[in-house]
Amino acid sequence: MNSTTVIVGASLAGINAARTLRLGGHTGSIIVVDADPERPYDRPPLSKQMLTGEWEPEKILLPAGKEDLGLDFRLGVRAKAVDLTSRQITLEGAGGLVEDTSFDSLVIASGAAARRLPEAAGIAGIHVVRTLADSLALREELDAGPSRVVVIGAGFIGAEVASSCRKRGLEVTLVEAMPLPLERILGVEMGKVCAQVHIENGVDLRLGTGVLQFETATVDGVERVVGVGLTDGTTVAAEVVVVGIGVTLTTDWLEGSGLTLDDGVVCDNTLLAAPGVVAAGDIARYPSARFGRMLRVEHWETAIAGGEAAARRLLAEASGETPAVFDPIPWFWSDQYDRKIQLAGRPQPTDQCVVVHGSTDEFRFVALYGDGDRLTGVLGMNRPRHVVQLRALFEDGASFAEACERAATL
Amino acid sequence: MRIVVDFDLCESNAVCMGIAPEVFEVRDDDFLYVLNENPPESMRAKMEESVQRCPKQAISIAED
Repeated sequence: MNSTTVIVGASLAGINAARTLRLGGHTGSIIVVDADPERPYDRPPLSKQMLTGEWEPEKILLPAGKEDLGLDFRLGVRAKAVDLTSRQITLEGAGGLVEDTSFDSLVIASGAAARRLPEAAGIAGIHVVRTLADSLALREELDAGPSRVVVIGAGFIGAEVASSCRKRGLEVTLVEAMPLPLERILGVEMGKVCAQVHIENGVDLRLGTGVLQFETATVDGVERVVGVGLTDGTTVAAEVVVVGIGVTLTTDWLEGSGLTLDDGVVCDNTLLAAPGVVAAGDIARYPSARFGRMLRVEHWETAIAGGEAAARRLLAEASGETPAVFDPIPWFWSDQYDRKIQLAGRPQPTDQCVVVHGSTDEFRFVALYGDGDRLTGVLGMNRPRHVVQLRALFEDGASFAEACERAATL
Repeated sequence: MRIVVDFDLCESNAVCMGIAPEVFEVRDDDFLYVLNENPPESMRAKMEESVQRCPKQAISIAED
């Protein structure tokens, strides 16, 4: 392959696509564009070791970003539009400088941005955690020792931020609009366990309530948050607020490109979105035969695997080889307090859920999810060995009953 | 090829064990044990995958 490839997104999916292309024999120009001005870095520590102050930014640089791969990095540069017919991408650099760049093939790995609450606009002390700059800005405020931090959203980011704040000895109120944390991902029973983990760690957990308004005070001409009014009528005083309510996909630059956008970039089962155009990471929606539906997976490991697979798809297209199907077993981990939560698979919250090892009272267990006789998920809390061993059952096509039998032998 | 694990970084996610259980084992104490520090050359691809897939970048390969 000796042509020009533009990769939009220099995070996990994009940088691994670049690396795979180069190591796979792409001898042409590989231009890697990202709106974030920082060298490629790893995001999971942003809500953990970076917030607690254990790690410095140098430690989270991605190894692939430091390798000598001859990549043409355009950092701090935003993709604005793309024309797939003329093969031109419009890039906006520092100072609003706009230029068109030609390409032969395109990797879409532009990911997502943190969702923000419109009510929070212009108020100091209200944070999101998605980028390194976000994490450092929040950390600086935590360093000042606020009397209380309010975290809006008890999803994985919110839970990890709450955990990091508690590690720093800060008082935390965690607000969740749903009746239970992670209910839409793990179901009611495991949502209850996750709620209990927060409570055991001294978090003031407010469930089934949302944000009504932010209370502010103007100090030295700056409007700062001093409290959060909730829809249940209560108000929580807080000097720092963190909003963790999910992400908005960065697909604005793809509007009108002719690509199918439907909660992500719709791809085929090889991550191809159009001839010479592939997508990977948070933004790629692909058909999974394994789970019998379209999936879009925001996991760390899927970003690496997707970046590699998308690159191999382009290499296969160039060489005329048969492309490989992309259908990995989704897997993620979340570290909260001294608990490690890991989930393999993709359960629906209504699937049956059976604890097959350990006990939820001890917060050390394995649970299996099933839809009829189909195994859909393996959840572990402080049981990494069991999760990785049971995860292999998806490869074997094991039924739910077979998975339960296997779990009993571990 | 020698496998080096930085145990200050390792958080026992057990990803490496999923890739190469012959070399990596997370036991009931939740700690990672390297079963074979000098895996044969035939396992290089799996070792490199383990390096790439470690969420903590805790694994490296030394050539000595």
